[in-house]
Amino acid sequence: MTESRLTNTLLTLLTYAVAIVMFFPILWMFLTAFKTEQTAFDIVPHFLFTPTLDSFKLALAQGNGYWHYAFNSALSAVASTLIGLVLAVPAAYAMAFFPSKRTDFTLVWMVSTKFIPAVGVLIPVFMVYKSLGLLDNIWGLTMLFTAMNLPLIVWMVYSYFKDIPKDIIEAADIDGAGTLQTMVKVVLPLALPGLASTGLLALILAWNESFWSLTMTDHKAATLAVFIASFKSAEGLFWAKMSAASVLTVTPIIILGWFAQRQMVRGLTFGAVK
Amino acid sequence: MAIVELKNVVKNYGGHKGSKDSANAVENFNLLTEDGEFVVLVGPSGCGKSTTMRMIAGLENNTGGEIRISGRDVSAVPPKDRDIAMVFQSYALYPHMSVFENMAFSLRLKKTPNDEVKRRVNEAASILNIEHLLERKPRALSGGQRQRVALGRAIVRQPQVFLMDEPLSNLDAKLRVDMRAEIVKLHRKLGVTTFYVTHDQVEAMTMGQRIVVMLDGKIQQVDTPQNLYERPNNMFVAGFIGTPSMNFLRAKIASDRRALEGESFRFKAEGARGTALDTHTANEVWVGVRPEHLRYVEDSGHGAGLENMMRGTIEVVEPLGAVTMVQVQIDDARVTAQLDSHVQVTLGETITLACAGEKLHLFDADSEQALGLEQPVSEPLSAAV
Repeated sequence: MTESRLTNTLLTLLTYAVAIVMFFPILWMFLTAFKTEQTAFDIVPHFLFTPTLDSFKLALAQGNGYWHYAFNSALSAVASTLIGLVLAVPAAYAMAFFPSKRTDFTLVWMVSTKFIPAVGVLIPVFMVYKSLGLLDNIWGLTMLFTAMNLPLIVWMVYSYFKDIPKDIIEAADIDGAGTLQTMVKVVLPLALPGLASTGLLALILAWNESFWSLTMTDHKAATLAVFIASFKSAEGLFWAKMSAASVLTVTPIIILGWFAQRQMVRGLTFGAVK
Repeated sequence: MAIVELKNVVKNYGGHKGSKDSANAVENFNLLTEDGEFVVLVGPSGCGKSTTMRMIAGLENNTGGEIRISGRDVSAVPPKDRDIAMVFQSYALYPHMSVFENMAFSLRLKKTPNDEVKRRVNEAASILNIEHLLERKPRALSGGQRQRVALGRAIVRQPQVFLMDEPLSNLDAKLRVDMRAEIVKLHRKLGVTTFYVTHDQVEAMTMGQRIVVMLDGKIQQVDTPQNLYERPNNMFVAGFIGTPSMNFLRAKIASDRRALEGESFRFKAEGARGTALDTHTANEVWVGVRPEHLRYVEDSGHGAGLENMMRGTIEVVEPLGAVTMVQVQIDDARVTAQLDSHVQVTLGETITLACAGEKLHLFDADSEQALGLEQPVSEPLSAAV
């Protein structure tokens, strides 16, 4: 009894330790954002200091200004997620409800494209984008984000569709619903919590994406990832301003995640079967 | 209401030769229903009964043959245009819709005017006593209520044919008996041709006007419940219909071809059965006796010399109150007998059981087909196809 209590206590402590280690960088980023550049650079870490909003003021004005980048990030993330869902839903629908002999292979193949490191295809993509005039173009970037997330979206939506009992689809079929009606009136409402969490994940991945943003954009289409990176310049590193920019970048997505999480947990249960 | 006709219907899933899908899931299925008939498809799992129903529904394509509803070949018609309604084992209600919307779904798709939708849903709801549930979601209903909603969804459509795929399997035993009666009542009221799939022979016997017994994709017999019980075509049907199952004994045909013998039993073959033995070339047959047709005989000391009797040791005694089930070892077979509960028997005792000659069933030792069947009272309709 005492031994298991000891183990419990130790495990709890370990959990706290791991949680603190994982959370520390985020905490440090928040703290640094409210420091002056000087305190931020100090070798001795400061936990207690007089907070200042100077870094935020300067960061907001950096380059084309925070809102320019935020707008690009929001537009590319939202648009790529929506386009991804619109493309993925019919694909997943066909694979889930009308599977053929090659469906499994197709699914694995789609996901396997994610195994290739992005940098491996950078040169060809860059060349193609250059000749199409899509460099530093927000829609070019959106297209890349869509392609990047599509396999994941298809896979997730497919698995949510698979959870819907086939009987319900057949019942709709007999009731007289065509494929589109079955999809819109029966399948989508049932898969809505799944679609929402898939969309949220795609949104986060696109919002946080930095590799393609940094390589394919310059000023016009630059996203928040480029905004943060711009604080590491030839003149040196600006920790406080960079931290402030990071805080400005992660906050919207954290707030969104917080709200969406409650929304998604509420999910529908399949009361109709068994 | 409609006459449904299945002509040489075949289903093959097109698996590779030798794989389990290469055989026909349903083979040469022939059936002609009467208008408004209640037909039950029964058989063990994997016998093709559900596949047959799904082909009538159009959820599976028939590989061969014709399916006609009211004379129209529907083999190539999608489910929604076949004018049928189906009740699923899992109920398959739309979880995100209220009971009302579940029932109204098909009408809404047909763009039926609102007041007509209301009228028909309310009408169906009142038949099934679920008016008070119309605003609820399926998850707030009990199993029995969900089953009613599923039935309601089928009724609302006023289809030509009802298809019910094991609709009561998910309900508890008591509710199942209630719903059984209710579905029969509903069928009598609406008079719609109904196909009902079940693996439960009691359900089949109590509900069906005609029963199709299936095994391994093939029809074994199509008949009324009474005929299936009294004149089974083969040993499978004989053993499948009736609880407890029919007993089978391997018997030698006596040299005069009028008696069937084993070490501890002897039966006389009378009437059509006797005549059948005259032309039967084999030396052995299967004798079938239903447990309820066995009588306890007070031991008169004559031993097993008497006709239509068997002697054996009691291995199991199960008093059920109204009757007592005993299992008796006769030669190398375990014979179940249903005895009156006032008969006092003890384990290990040797008893004599008798059976009236006309209650015996004879089956070919190899093909297991019935021998010497008297002409059935009504001609099975499938033969007329």
